[in-house]
Amino acid sequence: MFLFHRLTSFFTVIFGVLLLTFLLIHLVPGDPVEVMLGESASSADRDALRIELGLNQPLLQQFGTYLNKLAHADFGHSIHTKASIAELIKTRYPATLKLALLALMIGLVVGIPLGIYSALKAGHWQDILVTIVSVRLSAMPAFWLGPVLMLIFAVWLGWLPVSGMESCASIILPAVTLGFGLSAILTRMTRTSLLEVLNDDYIRTARAKGLSERVVILRHAMRAALLPIITIVGLQMGSLLAGAVITETIFSWDGIGRLLVESIEKRDYPVTQACVLIVALSYVVVNLFTDVLYKLADPRVRVA
Amino acid sequence: MKWFSYSILGFWVLAVIIGYLFRLDPNLIDLNMVLQGPSVQHWFGADDLGRDILARVLSGVKMSVLVALTVTVITMVVGVSVGMLAGFYGGRVDSVLMQITDIFLAFPGILLAIAFAAVLGPGLGNLILALCLTGWVSYARLTRGQTMSLRNRQHVQAAESLGAGVPRLLFRHILPLMTSILVVEAAYSLASVMIAEASLSFLGLGIQAPNASWGAMLRDAVRFMLVAPHYVLIVGLCLMSLILAINLGGDYLRDRLDVRRDIP
Repeated sequence: MFLFHRLTSFFTVIFGVLLLTFLLIHLVPGDPVEVMLGESASSADRDALRIELGLNQPLLQQFGTYLNKLAHADFGHSIHTKASIAELIKTRYPATLKLALLALMIGLVVGIPLGIYSALKAGHWQDILVTIVSVRLSAMPAFWLGPVLMLIFAVWLGWLPVSGMESCASIILPAVTLGFGLSAILTRMTRTSLLEVLNDDYIRTARAKGLSERVVILRHAMRAALLPIITIVGLQMGSLLAGAVITETIFSWDGIGRLLVESIEKRDYPVTQACVLIVALSYVVVNLFTDVLYKLADPRVRVA
Repeated sequence: MKWFSYSILGFWVLAVIIGYLFRLDPNLIDLNMVLQGPSVQHWFGADDLGRDILARVLSGVKMSVLVALTVTVITMVVGVSVGMLAGFYGGRVDSVLMQITDIFLAFPGILLAIAFAAVLGPGLGNLILALCLTGWVSYARLTRGQTMSLRNRQHVQAAESLGAGVPRLLFRHILPLMTSILVVEAAYSLASVMIAEASLSFLGLGIQAPNASWGAMLRDAVRFMLVAPHYVLIVGLCLMSLILAINLGGDYLRDRLDVRRDIP
């Protein structure tokens, strides 16, 4: 029953996302074709583009064509380079995915242990320090953190490449920039949810059995504490994808975010549309998986 | 913490007033000073056109606060109205309105604002519009939940049975009970709108030259980071301090008004 509800809402949302991205191009003030091609374009060129994009058809029919094309993985062509957008996305998407996954890993590897440490030292100065740092610094926007990291580690210390994606080390700075906020959020979440279970009876039982503190924390307490963390990770995966837009721009990382910004600068709206759609769809799918995973991971739900 | 927050906010208010009194000109170009570091004449140094960074930071903060306040007020009015209608009537109205908010929430972070700003074109009005189009959703969600729980309170039902109309119920009996939660939400959203505005300006989608904006300044600063690291550091620190102060102010309001706000 849960799955049925979740799936219906999933498909409505997908439909809404498609409709909204489809309508984007119609929000362009004035004539979108003129905005895209500039005033110097000949009227023959404009008409050609208008026909290619189907803008001369009635709105409903346009939407139908749009859906039909998407069903065949046809995103159309870039106006400027004439390249197939599907191909562009296919080459750019893995770079973003790589970046987002590494950022996620950084978030998990830094955030969870720090959160456990903070919970175990609850009330001590170490905990207060970690909390202040994680609460306050999570508000640090990527477009400042990125340049500062770049300045310190690439320019002054010269340890890492400034930008681009030539060497393996190039991914480190953008991934840290992207993963930073996530690790702060995870630290807080881990701390709160671990503290909540630490007072439970079964933890006392585990301790009374003479289990080592390590086993009590990692095997018993963390298992229960991890549940809310799954949800956060799923929700944050979306922010990572969106945050990639700015991070990729700063570090010249050729992912989907940079493609989006470039397409906006060139007023290549079909590419913009496709990028927005792909990122939003990824987010919706990740959320669906998180919800299902959460239900599967929660033994109370599994029994019921 | 409270005093820390107040002092930063006070500092910025004072700085803007002083900048006004001394008639610092954010657009005065002095090519002898291009990308010079902090000095006696230019406390924060000069930018790539030799303009005084301090003057531009102060002019940027006015713009930033103006945008943030406008967006917060508009999104709050729209979001609260939608949320109250959905929560009060329930049923069909509710499910349609909530489906719409779900669709908006399917676009992570500022992606939708970027998309709207991109197609609407740059400029102050379009920037505000793009941020409003995406910002109302969180208020709608919050208000809906609150309205649903308040709707069944005894005082609301008493008023209803005495013949109060829907507007009276909503505005006299339900809305006043949500003010504290909305005030806290507004305080936090002020900070997030400022970050969103700076992000859009950073991407070249927001406030346009020659008007100063922190996001656009950071964009320039990153280009000249190798020759003038002070530029990016100073503008970033200014932005951070203000965001921090607003968030701390939000924390204070939350504790003071006793509002429980869950981390998402």
